[in-house]
Amino acid sequence: MTFKSFEITPQVIDEHGFTPEEYERVLKALGRTPNITELGIFSVMWSEHCSYKSSRIHLKKLPTNAPWVICGPGENAGVIDIGDGWAAIFKMESHNHPSYIEPYQGAATGVGGILRDVFTMGARPIANMNALRFGDVDHPKMRHLIAGVVSGIGGYGNCVGVPTVGGEVNFHSSYNGNILVNAMTVGLARTDKIFYSAAAGIGNPVVYVGSKTGRDGIHGATMASAAFTEDSDAKRPTVQVGDPFTEKLLIEACLELMASDAIVAIQDMGAAGLTSSSVEMASKGGVGIELDLDQVPCRESGMVPYEMMLSESQERMLMILKPGREDFARTIFHKWGLDFAIIGHITDTECLVLKFGGKTVCDIPLAPIGDDAPLYNRPYVATPKREPLEIIEEPNDYGQALVKLMGSPDMASRRWIWEQYDHMVMADTIARPGGDAAIVRVHGTQKALAMSTDCTPRYCFADPYEGGKQAVAEVWRNITAVGALPLAITDCMNFGNPQRPDIMGQFVGCIEGMAAACTALDFPVVSGNVSLYNETNGTGILPTPAIGGVGLLENYSIMATLPFKAAAESIILIGETNGHLGQSLYLREILGREDGPPPPVDLVAERRNGDCVRELIKNKYVSAVHDVSDGGLIAALCDMAMASGIGCSIDQFLHTVLFGEDQARYIVTTSKPEAVLNSAEVAGVVAAVIGTTGGNTIKVEKVLNVSLVDIKASHNAFFPKLMNG
Amino acid sequence: MKAAVIVFPGSNCDRDMAAALEKVTGVKPMMVWHQDTELPDIDLIALPGGFSYGDYLRSGAMAAQSSIMRAVKLKADAGVRVLAVCNGFQIATEVGLLPGALMRNAGLKFVCRDVGLRVENARTGFTSGYTKNQTISIPVAHHDGNYFADAATLDALEHSGQVVFRYTDNPNGSARDIAGIINAAGNVLGMMPHPERLIEPELGGIDGLPLFESLLGKLH
Repeated sequence: MTFKSFEITPQVIDEHGFTPEEYERVLKALGRTPNITELGIFSVMWSEHCSYKSSRIHLKKLPTNAPWVICGPGENAGVIDIGDGWAAIFKMESHNHPSYIEPYQGAATGVGGILRDVFTMGARPIANMNALRFGDVDHPKMRHLIAGVVSGIGGYGNCVGVPTVGGEVNFHSSYNGNILVNAMTVGLARTDKIFYSAAAGIGNPVVYVGSKTGRDGIHGATMASAAFTEDSDAKRPTVQVGDPFTEKLLIEACLELMASDAIVAIQDMGAAGLTSSSVEMASKGGVGIELDLDQVPCRESGMVPYEMMLSESQERMLMILKPGREDFARTIFHKWGLDFAIIGHITDTECLVLKFGGKTVCDIPLAPIGDDAPLYNRPYVATPKREPLEIIEEPNDYGQALVKLMGSPDMASRRWIWEQYDHMVMADTIARPGGDAAIVRVHGTQKALAMSTDCTPRYCFADPYEGGKQAVAEVWRNITAVGALPLAITDCMNFGNPQRPDIMGQFVGCIEGMAAACTALDFPVVSGNVSLYNETNGTGILPTPAIGGVGLLENYSIMATLPFKAAAESIILIGETNGHLGQSLYLREILGREDGPPPPVDLVAERRNGDCVRELIKNKYVSAVHDVSDGGLIAALCDMAMASGIGCSIDQFLHTVLFGEDQARYIVTTSKPEAVLNSAEVAGVVAAVIGTTGGNTIKVEKVLNVSLVDIKASHNAFFPKLMNG
Repeated sequence: MKAAVIVFPGSNCDRDMAAALEKVTGVKPMMVWHQDTELPDIDLIALPGGFSYGDYLRSGAMAAQSSIMRAVKLKADAGVRVLAVCNGFQIATEVGLLPGALMRNAGLKFVCRDVGLRVENARTGFTSGYTKNQTISIPVAHHDGNYFADAATLDALEHSGQVVFRYTDNPNGSARDIAGIINAAGNVLGMMPHPERLIEPELGGIDGLPLFESLLGKLH
């Protein structure tokens, strides 16, 4: 079958993911039957990934503004003002499905894609983070997936030379058939050198730079390739292959060109490659765009327009240049050994026109692609509220329970992972992985950015609204715990099938909870990504709205870390403790139960307590700070003790207090307890001295006394045992 | 002190190295592009860490064929000091400035962490700021840091004091725990750990600082 005679049958329409109604919209938008290239373009632009057709209505509920927000959602990444002419640019994005199919390349290209989203706006990437979710540790595929994902993230980031400074990992059986790989990049730019994607200037050249286009990652590749070529190597992999060395060259070349005034607009070719970049750039600018596909650098011969437009080959960018600056730009890209091709120009037609072999192979009005895109208010049912739990039993042996908890999959040391990431390259990492938030300096200044990624999916599953609140609040708390002022977040919304009302209910609940927390904490959303249909054989993943937050330290000489600093200091617990054990790790890991409601988040207390802790750090009243989250108070104390080698001794408490996961809490240590308690009282914050640092055990009066050595052994054993054992 | 940092397209510790040199010497080093063919009069050449040309082939193998390395080799042969760190060390062995080779880590994984080093030779122009047998902590970050040479070469290195740094807790399987070696003439130091990453307390310590101060003291 040749390209020309390709027939648009109901089967072809179905294979492109259109419902009959959606195809009617295509016909209406065009006023005729599309050819296969045009059908492919509509297909990817109206895909869930590009159009947000199921999520858009609800995403609008998220607050996106604050005086420090320079650019919110809608561009390649979010931009915030961090003062003195500096901007932080950041975003988190999912690469879930590819990572399950081919973990190394899936994760690697996830990192590559998010790096491009950030440097395309003019920022030099300064830090990578990631949020990973794996299935049961004894699932037969899981070791392979963990090893591949971690080495893929490392392989890409290490070569590009951007430090991977932190992240989070959870394990749960709901991810057995659908792991989550969410990658985040944070970059820095000058506020007067931020680049946007809206095309402008009729006649301006459209320039393609980076790697050549191949047949990898083509949407519907099986169908298309088989139909077009009918040869044996037609079934190309749908997972792209990353080339971090080329990405490094692309970063340097783009930043070098960006230092000039030659660029009008720029966007990376991410999902849906040349299609989404050209369509979005022209649409945003309210102009038309004409491309001569014969000029597209191709990796192999015989590629047809359909393949070129839908290829997701990596490490490519599309730019609109000022007229006359082509040679200047070409010199830079050739210096870095990259392809540079003028493939078209901006027109006033407001249409996407593609030429190939001297013929017009596509002519689509751009407005309908955006304006007529499907938009669904899918039916949803709210997740039923759970009854509070009855009395929950104590552990048989507190000491054993603690040792087991600290070595459990969600609590154990992540050192095995982050030692495979170069977390120090660029020599600006001043808080390495393992703390509440990673901290990276703004090179050559006293400023630093604090960043954290968080989400507690089991909370979101039990109560999406409270879970959504908690995810945002925990990021805010982690950034606060190092002394930084939380400024904004990016969200990576990983959910199951939105056509199921219960799943859609999870999505809506999480969004509304997040919105409440963002509003209460002045913590707007500036970028994000939605990944739906994360399910296998009808089982959805736990709802996982992964949040990545960025905060600012004006002067990094005033920051806090979590290790105890000295013996004989007072340990003060900040925040109210009710002993909430529903959905706690204690319940799951020690009692084998996943039930009850998650801890509620009092956003007023959250803000009050966090603002108080930041003041305590600023006034240098406290020597160590750690937020209280998974595993509760006793787990937080273990973290602080293990990181320092200094033990502690606290008052007698019940298991509900020791393991309860009440929110909005911090542990601080101090040699000035009165000053801390006074400050807390003035701020209206609950605070109490609960013990003292010192010794080489974790001791709870009359309850437990476990050596740090034993806790550490359990904490450090999990990953090496799983991966090497 | 006049220093030059060689920049390959995939170098990624070039800025870190330049920042460290500037911090210690007060002078910005010159950044030399890999396609250049000549080097001016200088006192020190730094081969920084990174992935020179992607290192999809053997690490440093392609860089060893670059035009700038011919110039570096000429300068080294003439006695100019060369500090070769991480990927720089790999390149230095590939180009023959130093004996041996850096193989894939024994654990087959990239490893990034602070490692303990014992200073075996404090009588070099790079290490006079340390004392013999002093233990220092410097980060490593590499996939291919497993030093190998045949027994005769290793014996010769040991015998002539060319083993400069040894791991106290070998992270990569290197023969005889070797972390850094110097050439027979004493002007080319190769090491896998990154001294340029540990020159400020904020970065976790200053154990890398004496190395740069040693260079400065000798060259002042």
